[in-house]
Amino acid sequence: MKQRLLFLFVVIITANRLQAQDSTLLNMLSDSMQANEKPMPVRGTFKGLYIVNMKTVESSARGALNFLIMHRFGRLNDGAYNFFGLDNASIRLGLDYGITDRLAIGIGRSSLEKTFDAYFKYRLLWQTDGSERVPLSLSVSSGLTNYTLKFPDKTYLNARYRTTYVTQLIAARKFSSALSLQLVPMWLHYNLVPTVNDKNDVFALNAGGRMKLTKRMSISAEYNYLLPDQVNSIDVHNAISLAWEIETGGHVFQLVFSNAQGMTEPQVIARTAGEWGDGDVYFGFNISRVFNISHKAKKSVTY
Amino acid sequence: MKKILLFLLLLMVYCCSYSQVYLTRTAYVGFFSKTPAEDIKAVNNQVYAAVDAGKKNLAFSLLLKGFTFTKELMQEHFNENYVESDKYPKASFSGTYTGDVDLTKNGVYNVTVQGNLTLHNITKAITTPATLEVKDTHLIGTATFKAKPEDFNITIPSLVRGKIAQEITVNINADCTLKQ
Repeated sequence: MKQRLLFLFVVIITANRLQAQDSTLLNMLSDSMQANEKPMPVRGTFKGLYIVNMKTVESSARGALNFLIMHRFGRLNDGAYNFFGLDNASIRLGLDYGITDRLAIGIGRSSLEKTFDAYFKYRLLWQTDGSERVPLSLSVSSGLTNYTLKFPDKTYLNARYRTTYVTQLIAARKFSSALSLQLVPMWLHYNLVPTVNDKNDVFALNAGGRMKLTKRMSISAEYNYLLPDQVNSIDVHNAISLAWEIETGGHVFQLVFSNAQGMTEPQVIARTAGEWGDGDVYFGFNISRVFNISHKAKKSVTY
Repeated sequence: MKKILLFLLLLMVYCCSYSQVYLTRTAYVGFFSKTPAEDIKAVNNQVYAAVDAGKKNLAFSLLLKGFTFTKELMQEHFNENYVESDKYPKASFSGTYTGDVDLTKNGVYNVTVQGNLTLHNITKAITTPATLEVKDTHLIGTATFKAKPEDFNITIPSLVRGKIAQEITVNINADCTLKQ
């Protein structure tokens, strides 16, 4: 009896070992992987370079060129004669190029006041997951805009007067694969303001976010808070913008509703005349397309 | 009799635990998809691999976020839309090989690998020819096999289906060193 028990014991042990051998190697690898875990950069905090009108923390990858078309019709409350705003339109065409994975430069042209804009964006901090976490992503962007619309009665308007500088610090966090939020303190300097009651240096705080609905669809929203007692001669409102975002391959398409007609920071932050409550809502869309034009980016991968 | 059995037991335990394990943390896994519309390439050089030449079994484990693509956007789509690496961060393989490999003699040996590939929370049996090269204290394994995204419950929208090959070619190269 004892011998039989012992024999059974041997069989069980052998069987156990045979069964276990398949996964022990894998378990060993998993343990080793966990012990050597390295932080990984969090990607895709936002799908595009703009939440709606405001820049996101993202910039073009190295060697990638982003072509952006932003388009706004007229106000929805324009009435049937103007076909509820669809008769009018303003547009901004933009290019954004990634020099490195952290540094990007961009240029744009808006039809509103025939405005040119140029900027750079630099990624200071990259959010990471893993054991040693960096909790958020941080980018700094600085640029200028210059409007070239001719005013025959204002001959004194030279290039310097027409220029505005924008500097912003963009702090963003991807909370989950579905939710990303960002907070943007912003400083604008208008070289020329309408009256002495208006400040040349204007400060604002912008908050924006994106929530994913499905794998390729999401909703974006942004709210802009202009600090009080800065713009007094013009009736301005805080800009609130919403977008429904659809991603297909290399395109990102956004359907936009906003009370801001402009698409550059100086026009949106401190020159938004429309108000949601009055129906001053501009309908429009943003389309972005990525082109990979540098061969440098491709060299890093060998197959 | 009791003593013999005990001896047998100890021998068996010893036998089964005796192994020659080769390890690496820098194995290479790459995949390639070729269609008239677009070529997609990705590589991962941080793959963990282990070969137990005693028991003739082997295992691979990798982080899907470790794959680098030629285009940043492809990498983002791969992680977010296809393999969902936030939910399922790892891919792994565990299996055995058949074929004679003489560890004392340098040379290339042809083997057949059989095992389970786990990706996107789906496990699928895979059999592929492979080579094992003995080079002093190194054991270098290479293999090429094909996998279908749909087999791993990876859905590709019809709009971009033409840009991704029906079968993805996977290349593996693992230079493992003997664990001392």
